[in-house]
Amino acid sequence: MADTAATPHAVELRGVSKRFGDTTAVAELDLAVRSGEFFSMLGPSGSGKTTVLRMIAGFEEVTSGSILLDGDDVTRSAPFDRAVNTVFQDYALFPHMTIAQNVAYGLTVRKTPKAETQQRVAEALEQVRLGYAADRLPHQLSGGQRQRIALARALILRPRVLLLDEPLGALDKQLREQMQIELKQIQREVGITFIFVTHDQEEALTLSDRIAVFNQGRVEQVGTPREVYEFPQTAFVAGFLGVSNLIAPDLAERLTGESRAFTVRPERVRIAPADAAPAAHETSVLGTISELVYTGPATRYIVEGEHGLRVIAERHNDHAPNDTAPWSRGDRVRVVWATEHAAVVP
Amino acid sequence: MTSTATKPVSTLLYRSRRLRLGSLLTLPLVWLVGLYIASLALLLATAFWRVDPFTSKVTPAFQFDAFEQLLSNQAYLSTSLRTLGIALTVTVVSAAFAIPLGIYMAKIASPWMRAFLAVAITLPLWAGYLVKILAMRVTFTEEGFFNSFFGVFGISGPGFSQTTVVLTLTYLWFPYMALPVYTAIRQIPVNLFDASADLGARGWTTIRTVVLPLLAPALIAGSVFTFSLSLGDYIAAELVGGRTQMIGSVIANNINLNPPVAAAFALVPIAFVVVYLLGTRRTGALERM
Repeated sequence: MADTAATPHAVELRGVSKRFGDTTAVAELDLAVRSGEFFSMLGPSGSGKTTVLRMIAGFEEVTSGSILLDGDDVTRSAPFDRAVNTVFQDYALFPHMTIAQNVAYGLTVRKTPKAETQQRVAEALEQVRLGYAADRLPHQLSGGQRQRIALARALILRPRVLLLDEPLGALDKQLREQMQIELKQIQREVGITFIFVTHDQEEALTLSDRIAVFNQGRVEQVGTPREVYEFPQTAFVAGFLGVSNLIAPDLAERLTGESRAFTVRPERVRIAPADAAPAAHETSVLGTISELVYTGPATRYIVEGEHGLRVIAERHNDHAPNDTAPWSRGDRVRVVWATEHAAVVP
Repeated sequence: MTSTATKPVSTLLYRSRRLRLGSLLTLPLVWLVGLYIASLALLLATAFWRVDPFTSKVTPAFQFDAFEQLLSNQAYLSTSLRTLGIALTVTVVSAAFAIPLGIYMAKIASPWMRAFLAVAITLPLWAGYLVKILAMRVTFTEEGFFNSFFGVFGISGPGFSQTTVVLTLTYLWFPYMALPVYTAIRQIPVNLFDASADLGARGWTTIRTVVLPLLAPALIAGSVFTFSLSLGDYIAAELVGGRTQMIGSVIANNINLNPPVAAAFALVPIAFVVVYLLGTRRTGALERM
């Protein structure tokens, strides 16, 4: 896993830009994906993540820069000459072919011997537990089943890198969570590098070895889920990954004496009575609860504090189910967090 | 209840399903059954009538003389086959033009270019049928545009011949093939092209394995038009065909001389089309028309 020159990255982008007419979709992007890792590209729609994926697949040409697969420059190669395969957002199964024909397609166009094709199709369908559906047509399957067929169709070619373009976006929440677990298992089994595009921060945190957070055609931060969640390097990352309290430099100066913006996660903010004195290692703000949001496992308190500071505190609902929340709207409270739990945003 | 008094007709229609259907279908049914089907049936019945050899008067009868003439006359047989050949060629040529054009229009062309081509394809439909045939006549006549332009390179045109009939009919019926094919290609998700390339297929393989199968219904729908319209045409043969005879020409020549033979011969293209439709019915293309 070490970043050495001896083992080239599975995918490397060097100064890649993409412009559509006057708009810049991707700007001077450098990115390196390690072999065998589950790498997510996370960002809002229009942030350029899908464009990057399509450039790696070869569906879009780069405006400038270069793309390397295992150290080989493939910038000008056609999609059919790249050892990557794609799982599309809407699955893109061929509607006139049976499931088995769909899965076999890549082998068929390569003129693989029939016996070998049949065996590998059977194996691939078994891997996604859809062997019984071999003779059906795509429209006869559910969304989750189609998703698994798209996966089998791409994996049967044993690509060096599998690209997944919001593959779970069309599924409902429960199915999505089940597919997340399956994806992770399959990735471990086959040991292929996965590049996964998503706008769902929870999905990215759950699945990834590393995450690149995209915003407006640039990468804001690359890191492990813990790094990007706990130590956001930019205000955008702090805001995009979950709910966060971002304290601007001027307010930070009043609280800590240091004029540097910082974030603190709501789950690390505690609510105390207004007259309770904070400990020496803690930072605190006086305020009034303006809103309570019950989310099931937790309750979120929005506190309007001094100097126009708004802090969100989250409290696990670990009290008896029948009890109401210990605080209510309009209460005068003190929000408290351990000073070391705040992460400075550079 | 007040509406019963104020709008008696609407109320009556609302209460009676038969009346509703009746008012909906009377007009089209009179047209379809009374004029269209009845006149066609009358014409076909003529095929069994008798022509008095001396007075040339046609009298109702039930005999197969006209059909015997058709089958025994070598000229009629070869005309049928020639017409079938021309109609099939027109269909194949139209499809061969329509598919690449449709792919370009639907997937590659800019919106402006797409609109321009759509107008260019449909524009000939606005011009009169005869005008278009005359345009082809002017193009392919001895001192016409084709010969005077390509003559410089030592190429001489087909003149008035069967080839020119095929070209003219293709020109006439091409929109009927191009439009359904273009519409069908537009409906193919662009992701399928990407997926096919992603899985290793080159352009031609993608067209063969993905585009063509998905186009089959549109191709069949379009070909029903190009094929049956070509089968029935005779003016093109007359004006740009030179000595080319089609089924329609023979019918036209006999319509006054020998109505039973004309009527019997009219059954031939109908038989071709019926066989063709039965052949395509199983593909499900007809439901989409």
